[in-house]
Amino acid sequence: MSHKVVIPIGPYHPLQEEPELFRLYVEGEKVVDIDIVIGYMHRGIEELSEHKHFDQVAFLVERICGICSTSHPFAYVNAMEDLAKIQVPERALYIRTIIAEMERIHSHLLWLGLAGHFIGYNTVWMWAWKYREPVLDMFEMISGNRNHYAMMKVGGVRRDIKDQDIPVLKKAIDELVPAVDMFRGAVMDDPVIKARLKGIGILTKQQAIDWCVVGPTARASGINIDVRRDDPYGVYDRVTWNVILEKDGDIFAKTKVRILELYESVSIIRQCLDKMPKGEIDANIKDIPPGEGIGRVEAPRGECFHYVRSDGTNRPVRHKIRAPSFMNVASNKVAAVGGTISDAAITLAAVDPCYCCTERLIVLDKDSYRKLMNGWDLIKLSQAKTEELKKSISSRQSQI
Amino acid sequence: MSILDEIKDRLKDKILDWHEHAARRIYITINPRDIQEVASTLFKDLALRFTIATGQDTPGGLEILYHFSFDKTGQIISVRVLIEDKKKPQIHSITPLFPAAEWIEREIWEMLGINFLGHPNLKRLLLAEEWPEGKYPLRKS
Amino acid sequence: MNLKLKALTKSIWVFHAATSPCNNCDIEVLDLLTPRHDVERFGIVLVGSVRHADALLVTGVPNYKTKERLKNLYSQVPKPCLVAAIGNCACGRIMFKDSYNSPCPVDEVVPVDVYIPGCPPKPEAIIAGVVKLIQKLKGKK
Repeated sequence: MSHKVVIPIGPYHPLQEEPELFRLYVEGEKVVDIDIVIGYMHRGIEELSEHKHFDQVAFLVERICGICSTSHPFAYVNAMEDLAKIQVPERALYIRTIIAEMERIHSHLLWLGLAGHFIGYNTVWMWAWKYREPVLDMFEMISGNRNHYAMMKVGGVRRDIKDQDIPVLKKAIDELVPAVDMFRGAVMDDPVIKARLKGIGILTKQQAIDWCVVGPTARASGINIDVRRDDPYGVYDRVTWNVILEKDGDIFAKTKVRILELYESVSIIRQCLDKMPKGEIDANIKDIPPGEGIGRVEAPRGECFHYVRSDGTNRPVRHKIRAPSFMNVASNKVAAVGGTISDAAITLAAVDPCYCCTERLIVLDKDSYRKLMNGWDLIKLSQAKTEELKKSISSRQSQI
Repeated sequence: MSILDEIKDRLKDKILDWHEHAARRIYITINPRDIQEVASTLFKDLALRFTIATGQDTPGGLEILYHFSFDKTGQIISVRVLIEDKKKPQIHSITPLFPAAEWIEREIWEMLGINFLGHPNLKRLLLAEEWPEGKYPLRKS
Repeated sequence: MNLKLKALTKSIWVFHAATSPCNNCDIEVLDLLTPRHDVERFGIVLVGSVRHADALLVTGVPNYKTKERLKNLYSQVPKPCLVAAIGNCACGRIMFKDSYNSPCPVDEVVPVDVYIPGCPPKPEAIIAGVVKLIQKLKGKK
């Protein structure tokens, strides 16, 4: 007898730190449909923004998400500078770019760690987060805080990078490269990880277009978009770097894109530290004229979009915030369907969901709504699948 | 032909207003009844990417800006519609054209009260079940 | 100190309950498990089910959807249970207190034993907070 069974993941399970509800409907082992319920993170930030003046908004939007905490203020200041046609000093643009790329590094390492845990490679988790720490130390050195660095300001940046800190930064960045080499080797060449992630959670190119996904999720499916190249901001058009593109659309492709982007980020930071000119870091903006502006940045998860409308007072009349995960998480509707329950956990995590950006898993029997599994069970299933694969691969190898 | 010329060429007199705020920021105003055709032209025929939609409460009515990105040039073409009837605001849904619009139309509906005709799944996205009916957080009143 | 509370100070099993955080506090909590801080050597273990927890680490600002869940979680935790409010949001809502979706702070939903402020609090601060909690318990002889 086949009956549809619904598997919820969430809202509270330990590895997906934010509360989120995914209801997976399964028939036997296969996921046939998915309901995504968000809203657990909703704090009414767009409305709050209308009551803050423009300087305060930068602090408010920073707290939309802790991981991409500089992407939102960056997109916001870009929107304001578009609105008021503000010229930002050169040095500020370089500093902004350096901070943004450091954030990309810490975010991708964070994701790598979580993904490793989801498939049972806890060593990957520990090592990825261990190598993340020096990046956070660098943030603390520059801005005073490991997270929520409060660097972005309309017209410039809040703090300068001191000359004596530049060699320290360069050294820390250089020390990351062997670590990334290690991850690349460990992840890309491991037959078990390949077997575990290849062909899983595929988002085809057409699906990626129809769901308008962004970031590494899009680039892994062959969609050649990157805001840093397409709609340049900061100094991305003055340094040399590559957009990483894959075509398979599976989780392995998404992982590969993120790992290879780490190298590009290191290269961009190095070039910025070398080329950064001396000078002012703040245009000292006093007034904002009425109008509307759009700013966007390539956050670690994809395009982060802000729209601001002003009526000439010192507060926004309307502030629209669209985080990348708003588009990407919705695409799980097609990416997770057709897969198995044991792949569900990693598929949902593969878009690098930042629920707090978007707003934020159970298995139920479809007819009786009896709960069969929770998120913790699903992660265990995922880790168990990896163990099975390990055994079958090593037994095949020993037969050769 | 540049993308802007192509848009002008295909949409013709559906364009009520055309404003180029900056090289990569263009705003066009259309009549709300034309939204499905315009969205289809931009998304399907001209392969623009739908970025998001912004709903806002203005003195003249409820305004929605549909933001489309032409990634080859980095231009954002924002399509503006003004729904003057604030008591029973409605507009055709563009979700049947591409699924990416589903969530944002639900959000605009619950935040501003605009009904999206033909939306396959118009239910709450962010607000709790117990949130009172008829109370729209982004309305200025 | 009663026997139950005393038992807690040997090895605390914590459950992480996020209400609606920006996720930074949550990441710093998870960071405690990683090599630099490694709280497992103190016996602090993150558990997957609230029924195994000795302490609740609460982050974020309760909103209408998560307020009930937090209450629920607290009722399911075997007593005695300690509650730590981690981060400025959990301590006092800070800039979200005027939000239409934030009805009350954490300590109006569940009783809080220790407040660990910070945005986010550094892992060292979280450890210091938990140590203070343990000392507070030991002091209740």
